[in-house]
Amino acid sequence: MTDHTLDTLAGSPGTLPDRLDLGWRRWMRWEVLLLAVAIGIFLINSFASPYFLDPWNLSDATFNFTEKAIIALAMALLIIAGDIDLSVASIIALASVTMGAAAEAGVGTPGLVAVGLLTGLAAGAFNGFLITRFQLPSIVVTIGTMSLFRGICYIALGDGVYRNYPSSFAWFGQGYVWWVFSFELALFAVLAFLFGLLLHKTVFGRQIFAVGNNPVAALFSGVRVQKVRFSLFLLTGLASGIASILLTARVGSTRPSIALGWELEVVTMVVLGGVSIMGGSGTIVGVVIAAFVMGLVTFGFGLLNVPGIVMSIFVGLLLIGVIALPIGIRKLARRWQGVSGRAKR
Amino acid sequence: MVTVSAQKPSGEGPGEAQASQPFPVMPGEPAPLLFMRGIAKSFPGVRALDGVDLALYPGQVTALIGENGAGKSTLVKTLTGIYQPDEGQILLEGEAVTFDGAEDAMRRGITAIHQETVLFDELTVAENIFMGQQPRTRWGFVDWKLMRERTREIFARLETDIHPDTRLRDLGIARKHLVAIARALSVDAKIVIMDEPTASLSHKEVEELYAIVDTLKAEGKAILFISHKFEEVFRVADRYTVFRDGKSVGFGLMANADTNHLIRLMVGRTVDQVFPKIETEPGEAVLAVEGLCHPTEFADISFTLRKGEILGFYGLVGAGRSEVMQALFGITATSSGSVTLGGQPYRCTHPREALEAGLVYVPEERGRQGVVLQLPVFENIALPSLGRISHSGFVRMAEQFDLARGYARRLQLKAHSLSQEVGTLSGGNQQKVVIGKWLAMGPRVIILDEPTKGVDVGSKAAIHGFMSELAAQGLSVIMVSSEIPEILGMSDRVMVMREGRIVGAFERGGLDAETLVRAATGNEGAASTSGTASQEQAHAAPHP
Repeated sequence: MTDHTLDTLAGSPGTLPDRLDLGWRRWMRWEVLLLAVAIGIFLINSFASPYFLDPWNLSDATFNFTEKAIIALAMALLIIAGDIDLSVASIIALASVTMGAAAEAGVGTPGLVAVGLLTGLAAGAFNGFLITRFQLPSIVVTIGTMSLFRGICYIALGDGVYRNYPSSFAWFGQGYVWWVFSFELALFAVLAFLFGLLLHKTVFGRQIFAVGNNPVAALFSGVRVQKVRFSLFLLTGLASGIASILLTARVGSTRPSIALGWELEVVTMVVLGGVSIMGGSGTIVGVVIAAFVMGLVTFGFGLLNVPGIVMSIFVGLLLIGVIALPIGIRKLARRWQGVSGRAKR
Repeated sequence: MVTVSAQKPSGEGPGEAQASQPFPVMPGEPAPLLFMRGIAKSFPGVRALDGVDLALYPGQVTALIGENGAGKSTLVKTLTGIYQPDEGQILLEGEAVTFDGAEDAMRRGITAIHQETVLFDELTVAENIFMGQQPRTRWGFVDWKLMRERTREIFARLETDIHPDTRLRDLGIARKHLVAIARALSVDAKIVIMDEPTASLSHKEVEELYAIVDTLKAEGKAILFISHKFEEVFRVADRYTVFRDGKSVGFGLMANADTNHLIRLMVGRTVDQVFPKIETEPGEAVLAVEGLCHPTEFADISFTLRKGEILGFYGLVGAGRSEVMQALFGITATSSGSVTLGGQPYRCTHPREALEAGLVYVPEERGRQGVVLQLPVFENIALPSLGRISHSGFVRMAEQFDLARGYARRLQLKAHSLSQEVGTLSGGNQQKVVIGKWLAMGPRVIILDEPTKGVDVGSKAAIHGFMSELAAQGLSVIMVSSEIPEILGMSDRVMVMREGRIVGAFERGGLDAETLVRAATGNEGAASTSGTASQEQAHAAPHP
């Protein structure tokens, strides 16, 4: 390798600054807005219900989002790369059914965990293979596998139920690591940290953004685009497998309808977290805050005995509101800027 | 010469009408059809237009000339109603107008044929032409019959025979262009804006376009013609307006102008038109290609590239040059043939392998293939080098900045900062980012595909300068170009391709434009009378 210099041509060009200081505008971020929403909901909840601030109640609150949030971490990477996986809830069901069948056959807890993880990986690999090998659109393929995986569960189990899980298996869904901190929450925290590193600090993460913004230019820059995409489907499958273990261990039984409709909640979490549904941008911090926002809303409404339908209406409004708000603010800012800019001249 | 200023509109402040200079008009000539005066438009951090004037006359072509970033595109967007000007006024037939969006501008008879034609690939030609203005039947349904009929009528005027039901994606780029022109004609426009209409057309197609421009002129339409190529401007335009840094710096009749004068106005200084070619003595063979074939795109490609050499590849659009280069870069699969790189057999199925072997490719379609427009400068430059600067998979932002800073400085990149999105840079500076990203890989062979396409004059000279210098330092360069002066000025040797085959190899000494064109078109008379040459198949890719 040779090093080519062009110093003779470059007369006396100034060195470009790394970035221009944007001052307060650096804080005009989605994540900051979301955090404000989260704090707001927390405060409203703590005034609305006397039971809300109890540490054990708060701990309980985390159970209704950690499993989905773990999938959302992987889904965020996948959506940033310009793909989507709508089969995640069906992968949960498939993994749960295979674990249930294995438990019936007398497999112990470590074996069940392995079965759950491998089923998730296999389902992710199947999705990834179809999509990257045959260049099919991910939304179509995963809508297909969503029905396929769920259908297999119904055939295998009918209206039956698997519930012969060993008692030690329950710890994954019901156990506590320390004080009020559940294994689920601890695992989510660790995974969030790891996914944050992966997306924001590694070569692989940079490649995800390049692929999501422009797969052609990424290929022309020597990025192994199909490999990156395949890995992400694998990762999403694995995350679904993990979620399946947690959920199955928590409820202690498997029905073919387990985790029905979760894929949309996961995608909602990711989009609420500021990940562009068109791909190319997003952060793990945003997704984590979004997970807490959705968890707090669901739990707060639960304490107030608000029916589930009202809850889903609120989540829908929240999603639209949080997306519309920054656009409105930007428009106002531009108008204000235009006025002051003209005044200066 | 007398000067005429457009009518003062009623209801406007009296001071504004005299604010800008009137345009000179010959006696007896029509008043301008459109008159833009003192137009200003700002974006956060940029003043894209800073008080420009522009006049368009019926039955005349006005050329808009300026470097990239001079404000031409912003002006087009203002004129087509996509942007609202911050200041200034637009007089259409003497009447002050404001455009309420693109549709409004179109209704008032202003249409634009854009640089990268925005059309609908999956729809038919007729639908593309009448999108948004489909004729209706009595019952309110789309009148397909009338639509096809009118499509045929328009194509008859253009003397082409594209079938109205053809899907757009089945057409070549030149014919897509014709569809865009047909669309402009379908609305019975008074003003037609052509934004670099010849950028991706072959020689013959350009001549056809000139004929269409003449037709439009004869129909009394006012045409705004934006181009980087002076020969083209002198061929079609009656008047010129020159923009520099968001200001109009000169206007007049083409008859009274010459190239040097226009260039002076454009860059504010005279540019040495001589290519900065450094004479070198090419060394041993670095890349040897032997009988490379592709099922449909090219066949039997053989050539060698020596150390420190610039090898030009000339040919018409569709001759298969880019396909050969993309095969060498591992994008396109080949069916047979062998390649040797640096004495080692070279087989490549993915660009990653090409990079590892030291071969890099600067693609023609910069925005789609060359850079990730939404990512900042530093990430684009560092993208292929990430593996090299990483520590067990982790990469620090500071190291990406270090890498990018060096190349940005060497290539004289003009940007606000390294964190600026590449999409906000001018074409020339985007190209510097692509070149910088490859130089960071320390290549042995660099392939440049139309390196100065859509690049302003200043950046063009800079890019030619780097090329020369890199070759002098021992880098082997392949330059694919459709610009004859560039090929003649920069290459040590020239390969000419036609219909997927190499049809000629020429040394630098004694090579002239006519020889090249003759070889590229396969027509003895083509060089002198390319306009009438009926070599329809000459620029068609050899599809099975």
